[in-house]
Amino acid sequence: MSENGHGVKFWPGNIVVAEAAVAAGCNFFAGYPITPSSEIAHQMSLLLPRGGGHFVQMEDELGAMGAVIGASLAGAKALTATSGPGMSLKLENLGFGYMVEAPCVVVNVMRGGPSTGLPTHPSQSDLMQARWGTHGDHPTIALAPAFHQEIFLETIRAFNLAEQFRMPVILLIDEVLGHLSEGVVPPERDAYEIVERAHDSGEPDKFLPYDVTAGDIPPFRPYFDGATWHTTGLNHDETGFPTTDAKHIQQDMYRHYRKVLGNRDVIDKVEYYMADDAEIGIVSFGSTARAAMAAVKQAREQGVKVGLLRPVTVWPFPKDQVYEFGRDKKYLIVPEFNLGQMVYEVERAVHFDRPIKRVNKVGGVPIYPSEILAAIEEVA
Amino acid sequence: MHFEARFSAVGGQGIILAGTIIADAAFLEGKHAAGSPTYTAQVRGGPTKVDVIVDDEPILFPRTSEIDFFLSLATRSYNRFGADIKQGTPVVIDPNLVTIPPEHEDKYRIVRVPIIELTSSELGRMVYTSAVALGTMVALVDVIGEDSVRAALKRRAPKGTETYNLQALEVGINATREILAAMS
Amino acid sequence: MSVDYMPYVREEKLPHMWCPGCGIGVVMKSMIKAFEDLEWEPEDTAVISGIGCTSRLPGYMKVNTLHTTHGRAISFATGIKMHRSDKHVVVISGDGDASAIGGNHLIHAARRNIDLTVIVNNNHIYGMTGGQYSPTTPLGAKASTAPYGNLEPAFDLVKLLIGAGATFVARGHVGNGRQLASFIRKAFAHKGFSFVEVVSNCHTQFGRRNKMADPMNMVNWISDRAVSQKKWENMSAADQEKHFPVGVMFEDTEQAEYCERYEKLIAKLREEQPA
Repeated sequence: MSENGHGVKFWPGNIVVAEAAVAAGCNFFAGYPITPSSEIAHQMSLLLPRGGGHFVQMEDELGAMGAVIGASLAGAKALTATSGPGMSLKLENLGFGYMVEAPCVVVNVMRGGPSTGLPTHPSQSDLMQARWGTHGDHPTIALAPAFHQEIFLETIRAFNLAEQFRMPVILLIDEVLGHLSEGVVPPERDAYEIVERAHDSGEPDKFLPYDVTAGDIPPFRPYFDGATWHTTGLNHDETGFPTTDAKHIQQDMYRHYRKVLGNRDVIDKVEYYMADDAEIGIVSFGSTARAAMAAVKQAREQGVKVGLLRPVTVWPFPKDQVYEFGRDKKYLIVPEFNLGQMVYEVERAVHFDRPIKRVNKVGGVPIYPSEILAAIEEVA
Repeated sequence: MHFEARFSAVGGQGIILAGTIIADAAFLEGKHAAGSPTYTAQVRGGPTKVDVIVDDEPILFPRTSEIDFFLSLATRSYNRFGADIKQGTPVVIDPNLVTIPPEHEDKYRIVRVPIIELTSSELGRMVYTSAVALGTMVALVDVIGEDSVRAALKRRAPKGTETYNLQALEVGINATREILAAMS
Repeated sequence: MSVDYMPYVREEKLPHMWCPGCGIGVVMKSMIKAFEDLEWEPEDTAVISGIGCTSRLPGYMKVNTLHTTHGRAISFATGIKMHRSDKHVVVISGDGDASAIGGNHLIHAARRNIDLTVIVNNNHIYGMTGGQYSPTTPLGAKASTAPYGNLEPAFDLVKLLIGAGATFVARGHVGNGRQLASFIRKAFAHKGFSFVEVVSNCHTQFGRRNKMADPMNMVNWISDRAVSQKKWENMSAADQEKHFPVGVMFEDTEQAEYCERYEKLIAKLREEQPA
């Protein structure tokens, strides 16, 4: 972990995630070894006990997700990190996290798949899994930073959003970023905000764990805080106990959606690159967006009017922003390091009304700027 | 300015540190740097490399595509990682450990520096291989100031090894300069 | 002395969903006796469960309760306990939940020696899902997925847990509530991972398929086979086959508890490098 006179760290992306998690107030980590995410666990095991926090290497991925949710319900700010196969295993308990509204952050350092796939090589093929991986209806918040400085800030934001909306938040990076070292300047503590979950401070005897009379986000009370309360992965009412009342369940599931879709002003985040007068638009996220930016820069040097929209918050998908960006473009290009996932969202966002060129790749070698440049030249 | 370097070896030769030093030296000069090590399941004994990119501008695409300096300490790593190298690029090989295809003699500017032998005879401990290798780059490429590399090495070297690492850097620089002089 | 159960019961949730005569009630009663005896305050206590009939127990208990996913209760409990090692954390589970789908967490929590008590209500069957055979269904017994008799040998949970490193292991049964309550009390009081197997009755799903549809028939089938460990040891192999030993089967109070180890590490790091 590098340090020089200018305070610039030369950290691998995985280390950035761990350092930022601690900066965000994370005090619990449970994980299971898996390439290419393990360095996050290594660093958390080093950092957490120094600050009085707890690290545990669980017996499997399912257990790691369970421990994280348990710790969260006891009041911890909890993190777990994994990669594709491990994410697949975590999904049932992740769904439990959505159901009981347990704030926590889950990092997926994406690698090639399906199955064991390419353990040491990158991909972006878990984008749809992040949205629809666990069974049942639920909203998703997933962030996909592309630069190390952004990874730091988005990791903090992931914790803040988890706390604010009482739900798991997914941080999607990939092997390119996880193992890439680049300069990052950790912000001073007063340069960023730390959000804590809204706390119930009423009479312990009267505590209702899912009291939404004052808003869509029920105030939280950790276990062992004077009250005795219950929750369950079953559909439940404001008391936390199971219900099969269809009307209540439908209202409650809509409430979950409203927590996210009704607060897009704080959740959404997109970045633009040379987009002002662009006639050709690129929509790309994460590490592939960096290749796309390099291609845009080269194309601009050749006089081609091309610009980029980069979703940083990938879920909920920034459909309105993509519509505004894409509606007047003569062509859209969607480079993604998979065989086509985000492109479906882009198509829908522009009402299937714009020509779209896909740039897809799998196999472990990232999309190079030259490949995106070739696509730009093709439609220019 | 955009510069790409690749240091390759077999696992255990400790070449990865070279990348970190270059990046730190770049930061000291206000430049940007990105580094990607190979990440293979077989870490020890297998071919390994570290890529470093240095740029005046923020680095967008963080992987190498046109390498400006290549160093190899093993034939296996030369063959595995010797791609994407620009024509005429300085290529440092350890002549005791690396055999290259004859056609590469004209394609690249091959510089033969017996890095491992030098490290062994001049420093006595192989942990300084990285610094000697770094010295060859300093002698061949004028991208980052020598003083910045020295400052970064001093800062990044494990405690107690700073003096030897700096000495190793000089061994690399001087040996390469002598070899270059003999070549011309 | 009479026990006041009600401070630990969510009265408004009664009547419970279990079949009349179900063994789980005996387990719940024993747990509450131990809570009261050890003066565990409801708000300082958490009971965690997975999925199944037994896992509905926390819903009736007026403590902090969490009804999790199938097999995973111990992992959730691990997170809770690590974050709040000053509090009491108990896991209640059925035989399928704990030793089939959740078997991995069971053995590793034991190995870690984390201060949890895991109580397994072993009724030899998957009750809630419809009488399928479980890892503790006796060889030859009938189940909805073993219509010709079970072909798989059963786990001996006590041996499994001793092998895995649990530092307190006991076995009781629903035919002797007083004894069971004393085992559960000892398990709660034990510092480290404690495990109590409760040999229990599911006359509805197990009994009905195995000529013990009446609850008392099945409870008697259990009670008649239960003998003290000492008595069991002196039995012939043939007699042992027809019985099972009950008692505190293993206890080690020397082994350091996991959270204590962790808190010691934190204290040591703080000393070396004050914040």
